[in-house]
Amino acid sequence: MSDRKPSPISPIPRAIPREPIRPAFLGGLFYKDSVCAWIFIAPALIGFTVFYLVPCIRAVHISLTDWNLLRLPKFVGFQNYIRLWADQRFWNAMRVTVLYVLYNIPIQTVIGLLLASLLDRIGRSVLLRSIILTPYLIANVIAAILWFWMLDPLLGFINALLHSVGFQSIPFFSDQRLALPTIAAVNIWRHMGFVALLFYTGMQGIPRSLYEAARIEGAGPWQSFWNITLPLLRPTLVFVLVTSIIGSFQIFDSIAVTTLGGPVDSTRSIVWYIYESSFENYKMGYASAMSCVLFLCLTVVTIAQMRILRSGQSELG
Amino acid sequence: MKSNSARLPLARWCGYAILALFAIISLGPILIAVKTAVSDSKTLFSSASSFLPQDPTLFNLQRVLGWANPADPRMERMSYGKIDFFRALINSVIFTLLAVVPQIAFSAMAAYAFARLQFLGRRLIFFLFLSATMIPGIVLFIPNFVLIKDLGWLNTYQGMAAPYALMTPFAVFFLRQMFLSTPRELEECARIDGASYISIFFRIVLPFHRSALATLTIIASLSAWNEFFWPFLVGRSESVRVMAVAINAFRQQQAGGTPDWSGLMACTVLGMLPIFVLLLLFGRKVVESFQSAGPK
Repeated sequence: MSDRKPSPISPIPRAIPREPIRPAFLGGLFYKDSVCAWIFIAPALIGFTVFYLVPCIRAVHISLTDWNLLRLPKFVGFQNYIRLWADQRFWNAMRVTVLYVLYNIPIQTVIGLLLASLLDRIGRSVLLRSIILTPYLIANVIAAILWFWMLDPLLGFINALLHSVGFQSIPFFSDQRLALPTIAAVNIWRHMGFVALLFYTGMQGIPRSLYEAARIEGAGPWQSFWNITLPLLRPTLVFVLVTSIIGSFQIFDSIAVTTLGGPVDSTRSIVWYIYESSFENYKMGYASAMSCVLFLCLTVVTIAQMRILRSGQSELG
Repeated sequence: MKSNSARLPLARWCGYAILALFAIISLGPILIAVKTAVSDSKTLFSSASSFLPQDPTLFNLQRVLGWANPADPRMERMSYGKIDFFRALINSVIFTLLAVVPQIAFSAMAAYAFARLQFLGRRLIFFLFLSATMIPGIVLFIPNFVLIKDLGWLNTYQGMAAPYALMTPFAVFFLRQMFLSTPRELEECARIDGASYISIFFRIVLPFHRSALATLTIIASLSAWNEFFWPFLVGRSESVRVMAVAINAFRQQQAGGTPDWSGLMACTVLGMLPIFVLLLLFGRKVVESFQSAGPK
């Protein structure tokens, strides 16, 4: 996944809590207050405008032009979007990306839940938590290179193990069918501990008395997981799913260091294809059009998820 | 009534076994990387399935840092990739400092304004800041690249750090949540004593939230240290490129033949070093920081 940029940490926009305004606190000097506020907010607002707001609008604008960075951009209307609709490679990139998300998210979520429940029930040591968090603290590039080495067909550790128990070595990254699942596995490795920690934190907030009551009623650990933990964990679950799916859709770093989109387009994800179109073939307009479509898709996916999972509502109220 | 654990010793032991397995899966590849980094490249085949190096040597680490003796006979075999990883590590430090220090300062100021000050458009601006976390990086990278190029900032530190230096939506959001929890009484007392907002911010709010600021510093520094895509777009020249970009370049140099694994792993180990140091010194704080990165 992450290649998930602001990844882990990107909070989902939620309703902003309205805090009461205390007239006494305002004093009579509304004007002075507001000057002070603008001074405080100015640097961040400039940064936001220059590097987020304007680029966002500019991306839409570039997507309506034909531009190779050298000539002046030529306005072409929706032509890039029309071309994109007929572009086989675009659809392939979308297919690869969705497939990647489907490999990545369910396994990562299940492993995260499993680890979190175990940490919650039997192993609350900081040492253990820092061990499983370690892969997440490593750069994507390093994680990818690490596994590229582990899985090297000639000298890699995993293939040496496979050999010693009598198997053939497997060309994980250079096999057309295996490359994408392999990249997904590397990213599951990197993210599982972090996801587990987020779930674990969520589980810490569930009142112990509920488990106690369930146990007295005769529920086993499995039943209490399904009937207590999972429903009460929903806000965390929504947060993790939404952010990790957004991140997963943007898989790039691990592809850039290992397969470069190959073999035979099998790992040409959408962000990798946009990168190739813009920074290698200088089709800025076309690439921007694809990035805007990606943005739109992610927005739809996110809204759909929030609806389906009814975020924010915990059974605890 | 017996407790669950007493009733199910088997399940409990299975649980420990699974946790141990995942601890091994988490750390195993890192150990293999360390092993490879301190192995002579000639022994890689014979020691492929072992966790320990044959004839450990620091040669690879010295070589990628540019500290090896050029007359060393082992340098002869290193015809493939060349890398000045020391430069890359220095660049990573500079990039991280330039991206993180002002980011936290300016984000904290903005967060305080959002949490405590009244001004026109506060809710709208905050909503826009929050929405920015949803924008895929690539959408912004194309126009931002054009901007940096037009400024003549390609392959400069300021070009690499600029988009992170003034704010990140996460930093503002995170600190605002924290600042909202400042006890009102503290601030109001200072206000009655005639303190300005600026002095309340510096004398009360910032010291009160030391721990949250440390948490944010850890998260933001690690993400800057590990950053790849943006520095890869605007900072590829050897003089400014950061650790992740340099490792990628080193690997792509050898795309044809057998990669220089011991050299690559020496680079990855050096690239991970700050993380190990951080974990050893402040393990608990790091873990708690990332736990607090979740929903609130």
